[in-house]
Amino acid sequence: MRVLGISGSLRRDSHNTKLLGAAGEIVDRHGGRFEVIEGLKAIPPYDEDDDVGSGPAPVVALREAIAGADAVLFATPEYNSSIPGVLKNAIDWASRPFATNPLRNKPVAVIGASMGMFGAVWAQAELRKVLGTTGARVAETELAVGHAQERLDDAGHPIDPVEGEALHDSVAMLLAELQPLELAA
Amino acid sequence: MSYATRQAIPGGTWSVDKIHSTVGFAVPYMAGTFQGTFSDFDARLSEGGLRGTAEVASVEVKDPNLAAHLQSPDFFDAERFPQLGFEAREITRSGDELTAQGELTLKGHTEQVEIRGHINDPTPDPYGGERLGLQLEARVDRTRFGLNWNNPLPSGDPALSNEVTIVVDLQLVREI
Repeated sequence: MRVLGISGSLRRDSHNTKLLGAAGEIVDRHGGRFEVIEGLKAIPPYDEDDDVGSGPAPVVALREAIAGADAVLFATPEYNSSIPGVLKNAIDWASRPFATNPLRNKPVAVIGASMGMFGAVWAQAELRKVLGTTGARVAETELAVGHAQERLDDAGHPIDPVEGEALHDSVAMLLAELQPLELAA
Repeated sequence: MSYATRQAIPGGTWSVDKIHSTVGFAVPYMAGTFQGTFSDFDARLSEGGLRGTAEVASVEVKDPNLAAHLQSPDFFDAERFPQLGFEAREITRSGDELTAQGELTLKGHTEQVEIRGHINDPTPDPYGGERLGLQLEARVDRTRFGLNWNNPLPSGDPALSNEVTIVVDLQLVREI
């Protein structure tokens, strides 16, 4: 069971990337293997003229990482009430060609953190919508960690046990999406 | 009781002529109606009851990307629920008009539906067989089956109606 983590933040000390790391520990405890993809910064702006053959190397890496994962967990900050452009751009690349894109039927879940009080809740909603449109199987879960600079420890673990439990539940719901597929296989 | 109301659904078993039959849907979308069909389906009328299935992956619309979206978890979720099913029992006939209580199974949900329609009585075909026609409609709330996708129009109204009309036009051949 391989779970890919994608952070919508490029910042070195990103709260979302750290939160993703904490989520990855939960995946590991469930017997899975968790890996966060890096390199979103190297993905060029989407241009259909460049989307020929297998595409630019960073895009190939992204598409292959998604295709090779059983599930994908996104953690996103919120910029201007929406998804960071770098994350949307990466998804736009990953979603082509639409009918056969690697996100299609892929179980995905979205969590998020912000330094404001709302925990990127609007960005998460928009990201779920975008992922649904790509054809992904979007888990019905949400985790919005507000005031992340106070509510996450240095390794990204929620300090509040209730939020810690919510993180666990979000990961568990994502992993639960894998069960019917595994049973059917 | 008039002669017409005493007419019954023909007995025996009748199987679908897929070439001359259509299974589709129509749903109000923005200012018009969006329609699609399923190219791979089956139906059989037997002892007055109608049963049928359609393969979700065979949905046909005018854009391949839209067809792909319709098969995704946002809509039909063809990966997990590859087939939809319908069944009509106790079909009541008044003249050539039909009413029936039925069941529609879609995306793992089974809901009761009210079916209305029309029958064209059995007639000999040029190939030595006999065939009849059924034109049936059922209106369903797609959200009851978990097909919840929508997008708002600039007015704030939803672009896609929740009410979908299932349209089935069958030509059925008597099994020998």
